[in-house]
Amino acid sequence: MNLPGAIERAPGLDRWLHINIDGSITVKTGKVEIGQGIMTAIAMIAAEELDVVVERIHVQTADTRITPNEQITAGSMSVEDSGSAVRVASAAAREILLAKAAEFLDVAPGTLTVDDGMISSTESNEQIDYWSLQAGMRFETDIVSLPAVKDPRHYRIVGHAVSRVDLPAKLNGDVAFVHDMLFHHLRHGRLVKPPQPDARLLECPDTLEMPGVEIVRDGSFLGVLAAREEIAVAAAERLALRCRWSQAPLTVMPGEIPDYLRNKVTRSLPVVDGTPVDAPVPAYQSSVAVTVSLEATYYRPYQMHASMGPSAAVAQYANGILTVYSHSQGVELLKRALADVLGLPKDQVDVIHAEGAGCYGHNGADDVALDAALLAMAAEPDPVSVKWTRADEHGFEPYAPAAVIDMKAGLDKDGRVIDWRHESFSFSHAGRPRPSPGYTNLQSAWWREQATPPAPRQPAMFKEVGIHRNLQPIYEFPQQQLIKHFVASSPLRTSSLRSLGAFANVFAIESFMDELAQLAGADVFEFRLRHLQDTRARKVLELLRDQLAAPSDEAGVGRGIALARYKNRQTWCAVAVDLVVSDDAQVQLRRATIAADAGLVIDPDGLINQLEGGFVQAASWALKEAVSWDESGVTSRDWLSYPILRFSEVPEIETHLVPSRDRALGVGEASTGPTPAAIANAIFAASGTRVRAMPFTPEMLRAAAARQ
Amino acid sequence: MKMSIRLTVNGSPHSLELSEEVPLIFALRNDLDCHGAKLGCGLEQCGACVVLADGEPIYSCTTRIGDLQGKAIETLEGLAAESGELHPIQQAFLNHNAAQCGFCLSGIVMRTKALLAKNPKPSRQDICQALDGHLCRCGAQPRMIRAVESAAARLRGAS
Repeated sequence: MNLPGAIERAPGLDRWLHINIDGSITVKTGKVEIGQGIMTAIAMIAAEELDVVVERIHVQTADTRITPNEQITAGSMSVEDSGSAVRVASAAAREILLAKAAEFLDVAPGTLTVDDGMISSTESNEQIDYWSLQAGMRFETDIVSLPAVKDPRHYRIVGHAVSRVDLPAKLNGDVAFVHDMLFHHLRHGRLVKPPQPDARLLECPDTLEMPGVEIVRDGSFLGVLAAREEIAVAAAERLALRCRWSQAPLTVMPGEIPDYLRNKVTRSLPVVDGTPVDAPVPAYQSSVAVTVSLEATYYRPYQMHASMGPSAAVAQYANGILTVYSHSQGVELLKRALADVLGLPKDQVDVIHAEGAGCYGHNGADDVALDAALLAMAAEPDPVSVKWTRADEHGFEPYAPAAVIDMKAGLDKDGRVIDWRHESFSFSHAGRPRPSPGYTNLQSAWWREQATPPAPRQPAMFKEVGIHRNLQPIYEFPQQQLIKHFVASSPLRTSSLRSLGAFANVFAIESFMDELAQLAGADVFEFRLRHLQDTRARKVLELLRDQLAAPSDEAGVGRGIALARYKNRQTWCAVAVDLVVSDDAQVQLRRATIAADAGLVIDPDGLINQLEGGFVQAASWALKEAVSWDESGVTSRDWLSYPILRFSEVPEIETHLVPSRDRALGVGEASTGPTPAAIANAIFAASGTRVRAMPFTPEMLRAAAARQ
Repeated sequence: MKMSIRLTVNGSPHSLELSEEVPLIFALRNDLDCHGAKLGCGLEQCGACVVLADGEPIYSCTTRIGDLQGKAIETLEGLAAESGELHPIQQAFLNHNAAQCGFCLSGIVMRTKALLAKNPKPSRQDICQALDGHLCRCGAQPRMIRAVESAAARLRGAS
């Protein structure tokens, strides 16, 4: 086994871990807490390897001044990346501490045992603990070889129930979010955003008749500063009424997006083994053994992250140093992007992670960090807290791209799929502020007097990313053609939302498998198993089947299932949904059942929380959500114009895990793909209506029924 | 215009020299060191800002402090005992890990307190109805419902 990549990049043990003088241990990770419970999982892993109680572990999340650079917290990789690194660093620290203890106690190392940091030997009456041994000193050593890590069979913490380490503060009203941070001389900032992203500010007043209010303008970037927050809110509202903007009407309307996607393809790329190939798409020839074939088109509209908390940041520019507290998923990328845009040397910008509301991908976190930096530079040296409004958040976050998916398949005389063609048309999922000389993805920079324009979008070419994530089916089909159609120019700004293209691709694959099963006259479980050789996938599907009660035969009630393995290399997840379709085409979810194999489970309750939360969020996208707009701009600007699933609409959920000691796999995005397909399949079972375009609102159900 | 607003917050009397127009949430968060209530929308649509005034849930994002003269405000900060022991509702949410990011927690916990004061044995439907004005984007609703049920059971046992 090799050293984890994160350790190879940052081998210094002190970068990862410090034995504090006060009986605690600080573990440093370059990942961030976004509500997924990573601090808890990291604390459990470290406590396990070090043989201390979880309460002794303090997890320091990403801070460009001190933590290892672990790029971004995304793709359900934190447990796999940072978790592996922390396990190795903790085991390495334990080895060093035990060697020191053996010397101190003058005993053979093999005789030592550790109980909550206290080291004893069968050969000595004396004991010594980690904290006395290390006395607050650094390790001053690099991890160059793999230390012995604990055998999972001996785990006492990992895999067992714990309480989330971050919850007490959030339940007590302590300062827990960047929104809560108050500093001396703090000024509150709010923004006045353009009516459409490309509108330019033509006129605005230099002052408002409000004492203490400062207007900050840089081209079409406009904000206000005030000593009190409610004054900043009122000032921004008043200022917005007094501004004149150029008109930059949106020209492509929501109903035109499917045609737009087909007509504006920038590049079409064959996808082989999960990876796009820079080659022409070969002509498609159907197999001669096909006796019956089927075609269908599926659609996902633009959808939102729609975080509960509007994006926020605190920034201070003093003594030539810009310090930014941000809920960005990538503090290192943000640091570099801010330095580039603001013309500051990189060593004069620090970005420190502070929690925001759940983001589920790239929302407004990075953008508002630049907003706060711009206002802080105007307010030098005072710190500035900037919060977007709800309308800013809904209107200006980068959305999940719309997608059109064309499926075609042929069955042989035995009802087996022998031909499979899957084409995904979509926009870029890569809108994060990655370095790109002369360009930036930080939105307000596009609006400044000295503008830095947005980076032109390129198709992602790595394995299992962007549009082609989970484009590869999990099934064995003798002939397959998989094509990614990349459309560079999107009418609305897009970026990464939980599970990227997997959401639309798995929706299409698993809906289509249901349609094919019907065509073959087969049971939906049996039809999938017929094409499935992956034993762990089979086991997950069988587990789901075994856990389900007999389906209801009430009128209007139906069950649907779906299966996927996230990125074709992470968690296997199967979902069953029982729902009711009422006479007025309303869908009410009754019960969801989830089965998953995530390898070794670190924090079982945290893992279930992620699978179930992923289900609820994906059900909300599937049933309710589509960004709407007209010529004047985005019209989804609050929770009424962009409704999401509510308490009364959430079903009871039950989750079953396949026990495993195999490598721990990321789980945060595993249930999102199967969910919309399981719902669509259940709607078909309940009502006979096949819905292929999200969201499955009563209007969409009626339209689909009318077309059938 | 500034005036003197008298409020009782979590049992302590306060006098605020502020305009009566100031929404309660800013006084709580920026003057009274109560960070639990969150500004999620400012539109009475998400419930993250909900606190109690004389036991009734109110949206602190739109309620002017001038309208709360003399009222008793309860927030998340006032739930735990002086000893630090969590209130049964807080403890139930912790036991069930009933959150992901936790941004919506304060409003949901306070709404739960008001619900259980009126209805000590709510059905699942009662709970969903009471919390339907509260959004949770992380999808932690199923475990929050279980937390409310177990808090209700514990409070019934304690009384």
